[in-house]
Amino acid sequence: MHKLSIKQLSEGLRAKQFSSRELTQFYLERISRYEPSLNSLITTTAERALAQADAADAAIAAGNAGPLTGVPLIQKDIFCTRGVRTSCASKMLDRFISPYDATIVEKLDAAGMPMLGKANMDEFAMGSSNETSWYGAVKNPWDLERVPGGSSGGSVAAVAAGLAPVATATDTGGSIRQPAALTNLTGIKPTYGRVSRYGMIAFASSLDQAGVVARSAEDAAVVLQAMSGFDPRDSTSVDRPVDDYVAALDRPIKGLRIGLPKEYFADGLAPSSRQRIEQAIEVFKTLGATFTEVSLPNSPLSVPTYYVVAPAEASSNLSRFDGVRYGHRSESARTLEEIYKRSRGEGFGAEVQRRIMIGTYVLSHGYYDAYYLQAQKVRRLIFDDFKRAFESCDLLLGPTATDVAFKLGTNVDDPVAMYLNDIYTIAANLAGIPAMSLSCGFVDGLPVGMQLMGNFFDEARMLNAAHQYQQATDFHRQLPKGFE
Amino acid sequence: MSLTADQIRQVAHLARLELKPEMTDAYARQLSNIMAMVGQLSNADTANVSPMAHPLDMHQRLRLDAVTAPNLREAFQAIAPATENGLYLVPKVIE
Repeated sequence: MHKLSIKQLSEGLRAKQFSSRELTQFYLERISRYEPSLNSLITTTAERALAQADAADAAIAAGNAGPLTGVPLIQKDIFCTRGVRTSCASKMLDRFISPYDATIVEKLDAAGMPMLGKANMDEFAMGSSNETSWYGAVKNPWDLERVPGGSSGGSVAAVAAGLAPVATATDTGGSIRQPAALTNLTGIKPTYGRVSRYGMIAFASSLDQAGVVARSAEDAAVVLQAMSGFDPRDSTSVDRPVDDYVAALDRPIKGLRIGLPKEYFADGLAPSSRQRIEQAIEVFKTLGATFTEVSLPNSPLSVPTYYVVAPAEASSNLSRFDGVRYGHRSESARTLEEIYKRSRGEGFGAEVQRRIMIGTYVLSHGYYDAYYLQAQKVRRLIFDDFKRAFESCDLLLGPTATDVAFKLGTNVDDPVAMYLNDIYTIAANLAGIPAMSLSCGFVDGLPVGMQLMGNFFDEARMLNAAHQYQQATDFHRQLPKGFE
Repeated sequence: MSLTADQIRQVAHLARLELKPEMTDAYARQLSNIMAMVGQLSNADTANVSPMAHPLDMHQRLRLDAVTAPNLREAFQAIAPATENGLYLVPKVIE
């Protein structure tokens, strides 16, 4: 059952081959069987899921079912869910029971998707390996000694292992695409402002965007469709109709102009990964796509730009955690200042503390112009690079990550080495454009991902190209050994 | 760009973070490395480039001046560390 697509699951539910309750129980059983080896969930919500499944079964019986009714999912633990712990993988929020729902939780509940649980992640989405979680590291189902990527490591490990058909995720600098690449999944970060950020715990507000990780572009399209749209409760939500992503999937891609940014194929990309991507380019050519080389000359500056902008915004966003209104309060604090300092000192892990300090530093008097203002100007240069590239092509194609998944513990003491994992993904967040990752093969049994980047609001064209590629290949259908 | 342990303590104070004393040296080393990486930005020619704060060229939306949110004080205070009579409790600040 866990090998079926969302479309097939939906057809099975309508044909009464199985009920949503049976489907939900099937996944809950897989969770109890496999979760101990993965640590992909922070909270399992079996009761809530089964109640939602019963409601879905009633809707199906009454003929009121939509394309997602009765199909279970996992929510990343960054999305507020009313009455359920929403921890953001931090000790700070270990006992935080959200009093309200995020918009996308409301939307996917309304679409009839039973929520199986809340996925593990890097603390406050800060990390590229899912090793900064207060609840412990997540393992990659393709090799339990390796990382699943981050920050959406729990979301991808669960879907890759078949513990859910699909999961939500978020992407501030690559947190959907890099983990999807490392676990053989399809992950999409839509255009900034396409999916509501209301109720999504903020990390860097000008970069954060919600999306989805799934086993195919087809599955991702149908769930992204249900998540997207204008939300008056998010001041940066874009008031613009959502394209029909599902209807666009089957279009032929003959004549699609794909650009290859030469900087993305320079030194630093593992030769074995490069070879898999070159093979994918050949597949796209047989489908009728044409390729040209383009240049994004400022892309080497995307990582330094990001590590000014993102920590600056994070230091401001995370100032709300004061030990007064909600979240962890230090038991040893006796003055107000001690409540602030000790609650934050005890509640935040090392990576979150590092980023708060970098952000505080680059925003402080005397350094603002040299770092923060300069980073914002370079951000404009990076944005302009993309604008120029999209004048001559429809999509850009390159690697998602420099190499396959690395071993747990490899970069934990070297933040700069860890940050360079996101060298190919960060620029899309800085520019605000949509981007996705999908599998293009394996190296020694480990998945390799390729990245597609699109122009603003061009999600449908990206998903279409990915779907056509997946019709011609079967990498995305492979499951990790031991989880078949 | 190199940060000393004293600078780390000062930044931590500004950010209202109490650091474990044994972490200060490691943070100084790691933040120095990060700032050295970030230092590449100074090589970029940004004369006549306007700063970009946000990917979308949009204005703050306005809405009708109407009451839309219900009063959820009890729900919000139910998750607070300490409250009394609808107020958040903190140690005495003014003698």
